[in-house]
Amino acid sequence: MAETLLEIKDLTHRFGGLTAVSDLNFEIIKDEIVGLIGPNGAGKTTVFNLVSGFYVPSEGDILYKGERINGLKPHEIASRQIGRTFQNIRLWSDMTVLDNIKISQHYRLGYNLMDAFLQTKKYKKHEKMIEDDAHELLEEFQLSDLAHEMPKNLPYGIQRRVEIARALSLKPALLMLDEPAAGLSSSDVSELIQYIQWIKENFKLTIWMIEHQMQVIMSLCSRIKVIDFGKELVTGTAEEVRNSPEVIKAYLGDGEI
Amino acid sequence: MFTTLLQNVFNGLQWGSFYSMIALGYCLVYGVLRLINFAHGDIFMMAAYFAFFIGTALLGLALPIPGIVVFIITLVVTMGLTAGLGILIERIAYRPLRKKGANRLYVVITALMVGFILENGNLAVLGASALRFPDMINKNIIEFAGIRLTNLRLLVIASSFVVFGFLQFFVTKTQIGMAMRAISYDKFAIPLMGIPVNRIIVATFAIGSALAAVAGILFGLSYPVLNPYMGMIIGWKAFIAAVVGGIGDIKGAFIGGFLLGFIEIFVITFFPSSYKDLISFMILLVILTLKPTGFFGIAKSTKI
Amino acid sequence: MTDIPALAKRNSRLPVSTMAILALFALMVGLTMAGVINKYIQSVLMFIGINIIFSASLNIVNGYMGEFSCGHGGFMAVGAYVSSVLSVVLFTENSFTGQPLLPPGSAIFLFPVVIIIGGLVAAVFGLLVAIPSFKTRDDYLAIITIAANFIIVTLINNIGAVGGSRGFMGMKKSLKAMEAVIDLPYMIIWIFIFVVLSIVMIRRLMNSTYGKGISSIRYDETSAEIMSVNTNHMKLVAFMFSSGLAGIAGGLFAHVMGFVNPASFSIFKSTEGLVMVYLGGMGSLSGSVLSAVIFTLMLEALRPLQILKWVLIPLMLILLMQFRPEGLLGNRELSDVFPKLKRIFIRKDSSNG
Repeated sequence: MAETLLEIKDLTHRFGGLTAVSDLNFEIIKDEIVGLIGPNGAGKTTVFNLVSGFYVPSEGDILYKGERINGLKPHEIASRQIGRTFQNIRLWSDMTVLDNIKISQHYRLGYNLMDAFLQTKKYKKHEKMIEDDAHELLEEFQLSDLAHEMPKNLPYGIQRRVEIARALSLKPALLMLDEPAAGLSSSDVSELIQYIQWIKENFKLTIWMIEHQMQVIMSLCSRIKVIDFGKELVTGTAEEVRNSPEVIKAYLGDGEI
Repeated sequence: MFTTLLQNVFNGLQWGSFYSMIALGYCLVYGVLRLINFAHGDIFMMAAYFAFFIGTALLGLALPIPGIVVFIITLVVTMGLTAGLGILIERIAYRPLRKKGANRLYVVITALMVGFILENGNLAVLGASALRFPDMINKNIIEFAGIRLTNLRLLVIASSFVVFGFLQFFVTKTQIGMAMRAISYDKFAIPLMGIPVNRIIVATFAIGSALAAVAGILFGLSYPVLNPYMGMIIGWKAFIAAVVGGIGDIKGAFIGGFLLGFIEIFVITFFPSSYKDLISFMILLVILTLKPTGFFGIAKSTKI
Repeated sequence: MTDIPALAKRNSRLPVSTMAILALFALMVGLTMAGVINKYIQSVLMFIGINIIFSASLNIVNGYMGEFSCGHGGFMAVGAYVSSVLSVVLFTENSFTGQPLLPPGSAIFLFPVVIIIGGLVAAVFGLLVAIPSFKTRDDYLAIITIAANFIIVTLINNIGAVGGSRGFMGMKKSLKAMEAVIDLPYMIIWIFIFVVLSIVMIRRLMNSTYGKGISSIRYDETSAEIMSVNTNHMKLVAFMFSSGLAGIAGGLFAHVMGFVNPASFSIFKSTEGLVMVYLGGMGSLSGSVLSAVIFTLMLEALRPLQILKWVLIPLMLILLMQFRPEGLLGNRELSDVFPKLKRIFIRKDSSNG
């Protein structure tokens, strides 16, 4: 019943002599929202980079829908429908919002270079599909008015939304959000929480997020994994994590907990 | 057989010395500014021309001083002039771009263009007739263990080691050198530490250019026919040598220069000399493809 | 399901842009044949055409993809030599095979094929830069492109069969063979056709979602990979397409000149390309065309200055970098600057809205 979407087995990653991630195990079940938290430099983003294929793990395996994906190129992993966003927004800031969405459908272009040169039927059919889907997605995100704007001219909060919309143009089953609340004001944060909830329902997603804002983590995540120095401290519900002595120790001095 | 090998090793050392000396200048500027100063090879060329005029003038006066003194005077004056030229280029061409925070690409293009201006400006002013570099040093041939050395060649090799030693000392032991290294790590924090960035950069260009002058004069003495494009190819090759060695690192640039020198000398030994550029560029291409950061370079990690 | 309204409703009339191009073509060929424009003006027109292909093709890599290739002249050399040798061997008496391999008159059909083969071989040489570009960027890649330029030029210097550094000639005879069949200004005709083809191809590629993958590398390569763009594949396409077009420009150049030598394709040639790209604006196709026209005319105007020309041109580029680094048109197209042009040149049935 409970279907495992992503499985991380004994994941270890070393940069030179530094072990950034060590012996991490994690299972992400379909349809849940899970959190990955930990103090700064704990190796959270490294885990994301390993899953999205930027680094090849030194040891261990990453299985997505039962398929081993470590060692694949990032675009190959993206094509298997894993979407992600970045800590500091990484849109193509000088290309229109629409282009941002369209380019992210490279995984299903459906035509080749020659088709593009000759503008064949196949080309036109697929370009139209890509274009229509992009507009539909922007419509759902209420970004249609901004389709021809450059992200660099948009407010930060909107850019976050565009980036999430862009990740969704991969039609992902798993969406990885790297600190979606970073840089947002507190009113924006409560909006974001509703927003993520809506995305999950609307697009039938499994969401995995890194976040520092406990408000976001606590109100969204059914399970939370805490890591420090690349090692697992605790995994459990919000309540369990909040009361775990190890976590309190790791965060000592951090007022948020 | 053994003496041929030894002779080639010696030739490689001498030829590599030029690459090393030029590569060190590239490395210095690149290390501080992350700028390929494409004009550096042409500063080397300009140094040879400066030295030509100064040396010829001094010898023309027929002063009752030995050639070696003429050489030293020429060297010092030329180093001063090229340092000035380096500073001038930095002031006019690079600094305004840096102030505007321009894309690095624009600075690289500017550098490339400054090089062309120096080459072609020189040609336009002096014409195409090849100039002959004055003999300031009497060449003595020394036979040693069956190989032929000249005092000039020994001087070239010794100079490259001196230049390397000086630079190594300079960047690790002097305050201004340490400031240079600091800038290369973090350009934004340095002004906050009270280090005058512009002054350090001027010093970098001055020293880099003065070092090119040493190479330029010795090159003029060794291969006395000058032409305005002589700095271009040797400059680019020296830069590639620096990259192969690992450009962020003085030691890497120095060794890279010798490596290229050896490769070229051995290519000439076994192939027609017109293959020299072809084979050395191919080897460099392969090395850069396989190990883009060079032998001693440190991989730049991009933060995601 | 496959019914697409835009296709069904296709305009039966020719678009205005196509008619304008046909008219210009007819005008140029007509004036040339009537003897109204002299040989000098003809040659300037042809160099403008060749430079348009050269700068527009370099713009794919340096503009759209945002890499810094400074060795474009090398690929032009490959195209020039391959098509020259083919043309000489196939259509004229020559030192390789004695008699021409094909009846000289067949050049009338096969000349464009020869030029295209030159382009294809140049595209293969593009791998010299494309493969290192998978791992290398910025300054390091710039150095690799320079090295590639040197490798190609010194390679040709060392091939005695094509004359080494002395150069290679005989292409005029192929043109003579064509003129013997029907007397037409072939070079003007073919340069015009190849210019139009190149521009259409670049435009179509860069306006497609496929080609926009190339631009996405310029703005953020990491993002591109994460968003399913196969960046290595995109680089391969960009470098090979770009060097292939440069090869075509080279083949045309060789046949206009009737003589080629390796020195014509040195780093100076590559620099001319850089000047044109950055003068026109990175990633602006109409900018590349415009700057190729301006630059060619300027080179002609400055010809009396001889070598000083090569002081002024770099100086100009330096000033450009200081005061208008985005070039004449920046990232825009002429149609963005003069919206009226849009009605003429943007086809209504284009699927890109």
